[in-house]
Amino acid sequence: MASMQLAQDPYNIIITGVGGQGNVMASRVLANMLVKRGFNVTIGETFGASQRGGSVMSHLRVSATSSWSPQIPRGRVDVVIALEPTEGIRVLKGYGNPRAKILSNTRAIRPVGVIAGEQDYPSMEKIRGSVRELASSAWFIDATDEAVKLGSPILGNIIMIGALSGLGVLPLEREDFKEAILRSIPRDKLDINLKAYDIGRQIIKQNEDSTGN
Amino acid sequence: MSYLTDTTEGAQYLLMGNEAIARGALEAGAKVVCGYPGTPSSDIIESLAKIAKDMNIYVEWSTNEKVAMEVAAAGSFAGVRSMCVMKQNGVNVASDFLLHLAGSGTRAGMVLVSCDDPGALSSANEGESRFFARLVEIPLLEPGDFQEAKDMIKWAFELSEEIRNLVMVRSVTRMSHASGNVKFGKLPPVDVHPVFKCDGFILDPMEGAVMSLPVRYKHAQQQEKIKKARAIFEDCPFNTYHGPEKPELLIITSSACNLYSREAIGILGVEDRVGLLKLGTTWPLPPELLKRHLSRTDKILIVEEVLPFLEENVKILAAEMAREIGIKTFYGKNDGKIPMVGELNPDLVVGALAQIVGIDYKPVPDEYAEKAEGVASSRAPARELTFCPGCPHRASFWSIHNALQLDGRKGFVCGDIGCYGMATLPCGFSTLKTLHAMGSGGGIASGFGKLGRLGFDQPVLAVCGDSTFFHAAIPALINAVHHNSDFTLAVLDNSGTAMTGFQPHPGLKVNAMGEEVTSVDIAEICRALGARVEIRDPFDLEETQKTLNELIEDKAGLKVLILRQICVLSPEKKAGKKYDMTIDDEICLGENCGCNKVCTRIFRCPGLIWDKEKMVTRVDDVICTGCGVCADICPEGAIKRKEVA
Repeated sequence: MASMQLAQDPYNIIITGVGGQGNVMASRVLANMLVKRGFNVTIGETFGASQRGGSVMSHLRVSATSSWSPQIPRGRVDVVIALEPTEGIRVLKGYGNPRAKILSNTRAIRPVGVIAGEQDYPSMEKIRGSVRELASSAWFIDATDEAVKLGSPILGNIIMIGALSGLGVLPLEREDFKEAILRSIPRDKLDINLKAYDIGRQIIKQNEDSTGN
Repeated sequence: MSYLTDTTEGAQYLLMGNEAIARGALEAGAKVVCGYPGTPSSDIIESLAKIAKDMNIYVEWSTNEKVAMEVAAAGSFAGVRSMCVMKQNGVNVASDFLLHLAGSGTRAGMVLVSCDDPGALSSANEGESRFFARLVEIPLLEPGDFQEAKDMIKWAFELSEEIRNLVMVRSVTRMSHASGNVKFGKLPPVDVHPVFKCDGFILDPMEGAVMSLPVRYKHAQQQEKIKKARAIFEDCPFNTYHGPEKPELLIITSSACNLYSREAIGILGVEDRVGLLKLGTTWPLPPELLKRHLSRTDKILIVEEVLPFLEENVKILAAEMAREIGIKTFYGKNDGKIPMVGELNPDLVVGALAQIVGIDYKPVPDEYAEKAEGVASSRAPARELTFCPGCPHRASFWSIHNALQLDGRKGFVCGDIGCYGMATLPCGFSTLKTLHAMGSGGGIASGFGKLGRLGFDQPVLAVCGDSTFFHAAIPALINAVHHNSDFTLAVLDNSGTAMTGFQPHPGLKVNAMGEEVTSVDIAEICRALGARVEIRDPFDLEETQKTLNELIEDKAGLKVLILRQICVLSPEKKAGKKYDMTIDDEICLGENCGCNKVCTRIFRCPGLIWDKEKMVTRVDDVICTGCGVCADICPEGAIKRKEVA
């Protein structure tokens, strides 16, 4: 049986980013942590051609009762985890609503159109402003930078999961993370992943006063 | 050991639809499973391949889907349950054998799993495999959630043995590549002794010859089988109804659309007005079941993706039963309530439903929607598809493009399915000008190569991947050699079926189950055909382009250039970076250079960034994979590569 009352049932999470950021793995780990707590979780993911530089989204529906549509209806996201900041804005456009929360990485991955000079990439300041306009509360996390300090930028996705656990909106336990992550990585990589998880969690905990708007 | 082999009955796991199908095959005791990779179907074979040895099953990535179906059929003929798996295009490839197999019938249970891709999320078409079931007269099942994806496979095997014919199970991307909780059933010990009995009376279905002859006799038998399946479908546990006794509107649906429809009913809060009939058996439709449900209401909405398969079949039954059930109003594809292209989602179903039941629904307040639209248009730049940083295809097409420019006779490239299909886009310098089925680049080029006698003078190139070469390119090459057609084929050999996740193919020394096997050499095949063959590393831009120009000039019929460089996403390649790349700010002239930022403006590798403030190019170390190719495209030599120690 589910061990915690959800604020909404289903509780809707979107993890968004760009191919190669570990989006699919993050959604599996998060979902397995919640299944462990007795929830039904439905994940809808888009991969295939979108691995090649395109936007990648995973939709997670957490429910005490049943499976749900693998695509979240418009305007119904509860929390967005943006592994890439402009992708967070794109998701809010389709699925956001005035009570949506967002956790956003600050590291840009520029679309080829921007690299080629055909499009502009907004400054981080503008991104922050836009995100705050569309979400009830927003946290900006230097996940990739922190991950690079740990030795591998790919750990950014784990830092973001740690951060989500810090929000306290879902029953995410460190022990469950350990079990879930071991399905995807060899045991010798466990410590570094736990470290990444803890860093994400601490970032939220330390900034509790200064968050939201 | 994978969780898929957990023997605990009742254990619950989060499974991808494809994993649920794989587990279903294990619970059914399938012993032969084969297929050809294709998104969204590949994970089924992949997850079974990993546990093949432990579970004593034979798992194969076959050369193409037709061969896969033939290999699986042999298992069934020899008395072991077998399954073949493919994406929708694959059913087209296998369809010639499929028709004959449906006519000959099967012995031990045999299931065809086809994964369709409505919306073409990772396909070059949104083709329908459901129509094949009707066309070749075999039963069609469609799981409506993740638990059913598992349970239905076992049921399909039992049905196959009941009617002694192939059963088709059709999934879609949003089922195969979505995940949900699945409760495990028993994992039975399976004892098999494969024997092909063929010495009996020639028409004996279990001991005679296996064939679709004599046609009228076998065809009539086949139609009896489908009638039997239809009778079984009347009581199938996968056909369910939720809703009021007399709904104002009945939704009939199947597959992932079941989940969208259920959610749409909930969003609009019309649970007491709208009924939901979810069908697991979509061909042939069970008429008595349909009659019962159609009698409940006057209005029917059919929710399905792409073509009106279900809609047409329901309408035929409704016409036949009109005297008993009365005249109905149908909503769906034909009246435009449900779109005929693209995939569905809860919102599209909400839209159709809201219109029919007369509810005004807005997902978010107008004010929010307008604000979001405005913000996103300026703050979320579009992300077009591109080759990965370090992708050999970018280098290959750079050389192909430049060789054709240098040649100057308006040459072009014919291609097919694979990551390199993106060469139709600016990331491949828009070099690819035809894109159709697997292997079609070679076939079309073979045709262009014969137009010379009619006055055609453009140089013709074709490209195909290494896996595609084995799958479908060889007959086109034989055609070209035999008819002395003049073109150059570039085989973009990246050592695996890269687009779908590095499944092995006949060119490699390892098979799906990780066993060492004989590899088949692409160059040797081409030489044996009589083609001139060259092999280059596409990262060596100068040599590659020089060779291409030589081959284009050479009028000796078929020329093959194998461009060999392993995919940057492959597990072995990911492990290490060959070069550290840096930009010398002193040398980079940026916009003032004659090249006008050729590296970021044209070459467009995501690992390079244009620094607007300093007006120089930068390397993004997080993204760059250190292939070193960009060092050779900078005319000033400002991009430096240093071998990683």
